[in-house]
Amino acid sequence: MALQSGEKLPMVIGHIWSKQKSRWTLLGLRLLAFLAAAAATLVMVLNKQTKTFVIATIGTTPVNLTLTAKFHHTPAFVFFAIANGLVSIHNLVMIMVDLLGSKFDYKGFQLPMIASLDMLNLALVSGGANAAAFMAELGKNGNSHARWDKICDKFGAYCDRGAGALIASFLALALMLVISFLSILNLKLVNSSSHNSHNNIIALPN
Amino acid sequence: MAETKRIFTFLLRFIAFCTTLSAVIIMVSSRQRATVLVFSFEAKYSDTPAFKYFVIVNAIVSVYGFLVLFLPSKSLLWRLVVALDASDGFFPFFYKVFTILLTSSISAALAIAYVGEKGNPIAGWLPICDQVTKYCNQVKGALIVGFVSVVLYMLLFLYSLHTVLNPLLLEKS
Repeated sequence: MALQSGEKLPMVIGHIWSKQKSRWTLLGLRLLAFLAAAAATLVMVLNKQTKTFVIATIGTTPVNLTLTAKFHHTPAFVFFAIANGLVSIHNLVMIMVDLLGSKFDYKGFQLPMIASLDMLNLALVSGGANAAAFMAELGKNGNSHARWDKICDKFGAYCDRGAGALIASFLALALMLVISFLSILNLKLVNSSSHNSHNNIIALPN
Repeated sequence: MAETKRIFTFLLRFIAFCTTLSAVIIMVSSRQRATVLVFSFEAKYSDTPAFKYFVIVNAIVSVYGFLVLFLPSKSLLWRLVVALDASDGFFPFFYKVFTILLTSSISAALAIAYVGEKGNPIAGWLPICDQVTKYCNQVKGALIVGFVSVVLYMLLFLYSLHTVLNPLLLEKS
């Protein structure tokens, strides 16, 4: 029974989902995900703000302290930048494979490889986006129990740009979710149709 | 062959359930009271939203793991919970969602724990681990167990994907 109802849903979706349209939809989604992840990486890597504080006044000359907030002070943001960079490279490579891949012969290995790589990158970008989100929340609200002050009132532009990078990364995460679902669906369609023909061939001599 | 496969799957799921449950228990039971200069404060897991998120996600995943292991087959809840995974036309939904939730929770908790251990000189955040050492060690233990559970759930997810995409395998088991 599992096998029978297993045919229904992919066939139904397969009728709605012709091969040409599915290919271009997937390609368009990958392009969007690539742009979102690349934007998140770039905004985070170029995120920098310098601010001068007056901490004391000796006589009439103020004593200045210059602090620079950069992304690489926080390992969570470094991981965020690396994860989003890897995801954007992955989407770029997948776009190339889709456009130029028909020349090579993968011996049936192409579709499972694409599906598993999509899932790996989905887990990667979700980890990076979430770690940076919690670090940003710590910077915005501080932590009264550990005596950590919030820094967003001093480094406002740094916080705003970081928030923009986070939004782009969450957009890339949502897109990667849909892309991963679609590539697994592709795999299931191809798999079920090939198994159908396989079973028919075996049933004949009986 | 099918029997060993079933025993192996059961064992894997059982160990994954144990790890998520113990991650919850270790994190929730970590607390320490310390006195710094004049005031005394108590370090708990609920001070940080990242640790709260870690506990909530691991609790949900351990409830699911318990249901998968100990629910009788052919009952209504079994069909709803487990059959939705290996079902047909649909990719393994629950394992995918839980693997992604687990990876995100462990990375968030690790980020906050790193700040607690090393501090952040630019933001003026001092490390707190030398004041509340027992709390710090227990949180580190919970994170290690959580990391093991991430690896196990990823394995379980790949296995369930393999079962879905290979109907011959599904027939035998």
